[in-house]
Amino acid sequence: MWGKRLFIAVFLLPPLLLYGIFVVSPYAQAFQISGTNWSGLSPTFEFVGLDNFRRLLGDGYFWTAIRHNGLLLLLLPVATIGLGLFFASMISVGGRADRAGVHGVRGAGFYRVVYFFPQVLSVAIIGVLWKQMYAPHTGMINGFLRGIGLDALAVAWLGDPRFSFWCVLAVLIWMNVGFYVVLFGAAMQSIPRDLYEAALLDGASRVTTLVRITVPLLWDTIQVAWVYLAIVAIDGFAIVQIITDGGPSSSSDVVGLRLYKTAFADGQFGYASAIGVAMFFLTLTVAAMFLRVTRRDRVEL
Amino acid sequence: MHRLSRRGLLQGAAGVAATGALGGCAMGGDDAKGDSAKGATSANNPLGVKEDAPLEVVIFNGGFGEEYAKAHEALYQQRYPKAEIKHSATQQIAETLQPRFVAGDPPDVIDNSGGSQIDFNGLVSQGALTDLGELLDAPSLDDPNKKVRDTLLPGIVDVGTYDGKFLTLNYAYSAYGIWYSKKLFDAKGWQYPKTWDEMIALCKTIKAAGISPWTYTGVHARYMSWPILAAAAKLGGLDVIKAIDNLEPNAWKHDAVKAAAEAYYQLAVDGYLQPGAEGMDHIQAQTEWCRGHAAFVSCGSWLENEQKSVTPPGFDMAVAPTPSLTTSDKMPFEAFRGTGSEPFIVPAKGQNVRGGMEYLRVMLSTKAAADFTTKVSSLTAVTGAAAGLALGPGLTSVTKLIDASQGAAFTWLYSTYYRKLERERVNAASLELFTKRINAAQWCDKVQKSADEFAKDPAIKKYKRA
Repeated sequence: MWGKRLFIAVFLLPPLLLYGIFVVSPYAQAFQISGTNWSGLSPTFEFVGLDNFRRLLGDGYFWTAIRHNGLLLLLLPVATIGLGLFFASMISVGGRADRAGVHGVRGAGFYRVVYFFPQVLSVAIIGVLWKQMYAPHTGMINGFLRGIGLDALAVAWLGDPRFSFWCVLAVLIWMNVGFYVVLFGAAMQSIPRDLYEAALLDGASRVTTLVRITVPLLWDTIQVAWVYLAIVAIDGFAIVQIITDGGPSSSSDVVGLRLYKTAFADGQFGYASAIGVAMFFLTLTVAAMFLRVTRRDRVEL
Repeated sequence: MHRLSRRGLLQGAAGVAATGALGGCAMGGDDAKGDSAKGATSANNPLGVKEDAPLEVVIFNGGFGEEYAKAHEALYQQRYPKAEIKHSATQQIAETLQPRFVAGDPPDVIDNSGGSQIDFNGLVSQGALTDLGELLDAPSLDDPNKKVRDTLLPGIVDVGTYDGKFLTLNYAYSAYGIWYSKKLFDAKGWQYPKTWDEMIALCKTIKAAGISPWTYTGVHARYMSWPILAAAAKLGGLDVIKAIDNLEPNAWKHDAVKAAAEAYYQLAVDGYLQPGAEGMDHIQAQTEWCRGHAAFVSCGSWLENEQKSVTPPGFDMAVAPTPSLTTSDKMPFEAFRGTGSEPFIVPAKGQNVRGGMEYLRVMLSTKAAADFTTKVSSLTAVTGAAAGLALGPGLTSVTKLIDASQGAAFTWLYSTYYRKLERERVNAASLELFTKRINAAQWCDKVQKSADEFAKDPAIKKYKRA
């Protein structure tokens, strides 16, 4: 018995040690630093207790950023999962049923590649790409609008606080949806075709098959997608920094960017860590909440 | 038998790791070495560099690249052949060097520039920088009878001084003003306006000719706060700027600032700004200007180098001071904002502080400065180092601007003292001003409110400008 335990321990210890050093310990240190006024430029600091958190409560810029993350949290998973499910079911089961059974729309393989394409680009490239797309005079979006005669709609997308947040949200959906199309598509492969055929014979519409068959059978996958997307929504740092840098007038600011600027631009690592700690609890709460809310009985086949 | 669950095991392990790892902390310990490498001083080596002490130089790899620094390092190497020089270049100055400051092991010379420069407020308040006063009083490399101090352009010592200590050497010299294409203006028979009334009148003509009179960068709308503040300084005198630098109450609501903001707001009201400019970054806006879609743009003298690849041949760019607002302005039309940029620092805890200072002395020699100007098309802090060099049209107009001003260059310091105030707050407010979401008086109020916030924040060290 002990031999077996020792054997297991030998394999478990190195990864646990690495995990402790590179994951758990930075987290723990962030908690410690959040209680100091450390500037990040010298080894000297004082403990200031909960001052940083008190300051956080009264920091309007932080709350603006939180509000944007909250909006992302509400909209990004719904939109991405909705589009992902729609595209995936079109690709796998959306085609006309014929003698060969249920299959995807024509050119499904091509669409699968097109949707997945943003996944192979790095975030930096996506950011720069879209920044140029949104450019007022040289950008493709305004070029397209002008091309079809909608000159009045060609605005300075990223320069207008009414639009900048939505521009970023659109990019976030664009860059994420492809992954979920593939994920849902793969999960759909495991749903027996005869279920769809039976439904079609019974006269069910596509919407009904989607809601009554696909979604319940994919629930586990959707749940995972939801948690992942929630985490993306609470972050959003890289894409925001590249496309708008939070502007104009904080209209697309997110907490991650606030943290980064507080640390590296303002040299206030203590306060930045406090933002990080707040974010840690936020992410944890949201993940736990989502898992709980979406918990329901698994449909066994 | 009791079986440990997977979850329980993980929780236990996490707890152990957390308590154990707190020992090795990001905040480090104080094991500074400091100025240990001081050698004997001599006429040839006034700063007392230890001949074989290695020197580490970190360069911001931005608009100026890193090639100029390699040439400077070669000059240093000639003087101290036994010294080993370590060179590196990065765009991420703060991210790369912050841990090394904490560990007490910073490099000897840093070009602390660019979007992620280390905040000077933090560096200075932590005492992380060497006082370069000794360098200023050392003899210059070209003329042993002349102090380094006396070879610098006016404004260089001011902008590098914090609470009376000279802590940063801004090596490049930038003139700020309003840029136009001389070719375009000559072709159309336009004259650069000397007063604001002339400016508005000319804008009307330019617009009638089918060109947007002005473009600007909405992403970095603070570029447009520069002509506002310059015009305010010229109207009300340098005290207006000093009050702003010293975070005095209502400094931004001074009548001169209000009048200047009002004047530039007029450009937005009259529709003289290029539509869409609010969504452009500086490269996009400057490129629109280079393509002839707009007549004026506000920028510093790095503009020519930055736009090199897209400037059409014969474009003949030129810079001019901001137009005078009234006939009774306290400074003449020729006065402009001129100041150092590209700040070089010698960290106090470097291994070779003496070598770092000596490296700056080498940089400030006429030879090194002329090499810099040739390589990157920018003037340096060294007086007269560009004499006799073949300069581009933009830089030639900058030298003319400097000569015409007869020493009437001025600058503000709040943007180096309190970087965030300009980079975030003035930036945001200026975009709102030029997109007409707020008017000039509201702009003054808004910026003042931010300045008050900084004045009250105990986490920010305050500086006083004399």
